[in-house]
Amino acid sequence: MTLETEPVVLNMGPQHPSTHGVFRMRVTFDGEVIVDFEPVFGYLHRGIEKLGEHKTYLQNMPYTDRLDYLASMSNNMAYAMAVEKLAGIEVPERAEYLRVIMAELMRLSSHLVGVGALFNDMGAFMTPFIYMYREREKILDLFDMVCGQRLTYNYMRFGGVSQDIPEEFMPTLKRFIDEMPGYIDEYDQLLAENEIVLARSKGVGILPADKAINASVSGPVLRGSGVKWDLRKNNPYSIYDRFDFEIPTGKVGDVYDRYRVRVEEMRQSVRIVRQAMEQLPEGEVRTRVPTPFKPPPGEAYVPIEAPKGELGFYLVSDGSAKPYRFKIRAPSFINLTVLRDLVLGWKLADAIIIFGSIDICMGEVDR
Amino acid sequence: MEIEKPYSLSDYDKNEAEQIEALMAAAKEPYPDPVEWLEEELERNVMLTTTEHLVDLGKRFSVWPNTFFPACCAFEVISAAASRFDFSRFGMEVLRPSPRQADLMIIAGTVTWKLAPAMRRVYDQMAEPKWVIAMGACTISGGAFRGSYSVVPGINLIVPVDVYIPGCPPRPEGVINGFMTLHRKVAKDKLLKKD
Amino acid sequence: MIKTLAGAEVARQIGEQLPDTVTGSDETTVFVRSEAILDVARFLKESLDFDYLVSITAVDFLDHFDVIYHLRSMKNNYSVVLRTKCADRQSPSVPSVVSLWQGADLQEREVYDLMGISFEGHPNMKRIVLWEGYKGHPLRKDFILDVPGGGKAT
Repeated sequence: MTLETEPVVLNMGPQHPSTHGVFRMRVTFDGEVIVDFEPVFGYLHRGIEKLGEHKTYLQNMPYTDRLDYLASMSNNMAYAMAVEKLAGIEVPERAEYLRVIMAELMRLSSHLVGVGALFNDMGAFMTPFIYMYREREKILDLFDMVCGQRLTYNYMRFGGVSQDIPEEFMPTLKRFIDEMPGYIDEYDQLLAENEIVLARSKGVGILPADKAINASVSGPVLRGSGVKWDLRKNNPYSIYDRFDFEIPTGKVGDVYDRYRVRVEEMRQSVRIVRQAMEQLPEGEVRTRVPTPFKPPPGEAYVPIEAPKGELGFYLVSDGSAKPYRFKIRAPSFINLTVLRDLVLGWKLADAIIIFGSIDICMGEVDR
Repeated sequence: MEIEKPYSLSDYDKNEAEQIEALMAAAKEPYPDPVEWLEEELERNVMLTTTEHLVDLGKRFSVWPNTFFPACCAFEVISAAASRFDFSRFGMEVLRPSPRQADLMIIAGTVTWKLAPAMRRVYDQMAEPKWVIAMGACTISGGAFRGSYSVVPGINLIVPVDVYIPGCPPRPEGVINGFMTLHRKVAKDKLLKKD
Repeated sequence: MIKTLAGAEVARQIGEQLPDTVTGSDETTVFVRSEAILDVARFLKESLDFDYLVSITAVDFLDHFDVIYHLRSMKNNYSVVLRTKCADRQSPSVPSVVSLWQGADLQEREVYDLMGISFEGHPNMKRIVLWEGYKGHPLRKDFILDVPGGGKAT
């Protein structure tokens, strides 16, 4: 006697405890196994690209903060670099070092949230997340000292950064950097060899390297699949060629590899910040740009290695004070291309973990 | 692989689109902020009895929030819930994703027209008494994105709002101040009548 | 360092294999006719090893659209820009490259949603960030936005 079964379509989201923002999934189940998957987004589409064409270049800087709101400094830096390439502006040395310090601290903060949220999805309800938030609060204190804001900074300007660091910044940063490796080891001691973590993440959601390259994936997802590609080494921008650091890669491309890649990147970020702190020179922090700011007609595409992947700004200028086309190449949006292929054949609980390991931020996906 | 789907997914799309268009057409006037019931209750009861006072204190210190987190302000609510700015000392530790189990809906982030029917549905699923906090500039008036083709210019067009917390994003201390204002309202504090 | 290939050199190589497809070149860019995009892209992927599609964009220059492809070769570490013009404003259409690079999937849907350029051969050509039945394509220059403090503007 055979049982009659029928596939059922279930809707998850947009409001759901496990989704990283307002993301909706329409999933077709056969029993508990997923047979078809359709992601739906656009619930946070605010029209930043269209609004950007009505505001001047400097007025667009706060919009870039709100794209990937967990890594605002990186977004600011990418936009500032794109406009500097368009208009041919030089950046002083001290500003470059400050930018690198802020960007690497931002990478630490973003990976802390990314890994913490992944463990939230795996079932360790809040404990790793709250532990990692303890460190993140210290980083946010540092940013508060520098620019007065905790989440959306608007710190970079065309030609440097907006203001110099106060005196108490360096000693606080030194104290933080000295104790951070100890904390990363503490997390590893609790989580890396844990039986439940290994059982739920090893072998789950495997992304082969050639498929990753074909699907334009970037960031820790690409490196977790074994492809040694990082824009800070392969196409050094700003002053990254002066620092000594490594690029961690995974072997298989499963959820566990992506998690390990993020933890190792945190260690390498600490290394870069330590070197930048030692080499920080004195000097100006900002080149004066003419007001009203009107870059010459032309176009520029500048990619950087943001914590979530390759973030690029493509600007087209027609010689006026407002951009003609303000296009954002968002890493989280493009990384979602592979989600459907990774999830088919797994159960619902695994789908949540695979989605968490790609680590997206809805502000970027929808813009 | 080909499987026989029971429903056509394009029907879902059309259905959703109709709901969004209907809501956009209907949401022209903002809901009035709910303060009138406060005056009426206090007029009817000349003085609050001890039992009612205790019940109000109980309600005030056990408001369970529902997580409805579109965008960036969400991370300041999460910071307010984490160990440094702990808001479980105010009785709000239990963050419930399901609206059936929650009293308070904190809307933290920009709301777009595509999300609006889902938000209205979550609000309708909450049981009385319920309260709504609008957090951040985007929910108050559209914020930095006002004028965009897809952002709701103020969520009081869709749900009635009790407390507005300004900021972009407001600091966790500001969020806690908003909660304390709501607690005074929940406990029917007489101070509120003079505001 | 990723080397940006000279547009003229790449245009010459394409012109040898696929005559009558290239319409011009720049220091970094190769201009191609819109019907020939799929063949040129296949040539670039198979013969010149461009295995990574960085991004697909469209720009609205009031009388025509430009569709721009940024391509990169991870194996050999160089990059090039491919550009095509689409003159039809009523129902513009360009062949899709989804069969070569899966990464084009979501990006082409977004270009269709916001600019209105449809891609022939795409398996799932429907709106992605706006809802179905939305009238108009917002990123076009004739879509008017009511920006506060500035009156109406395009």
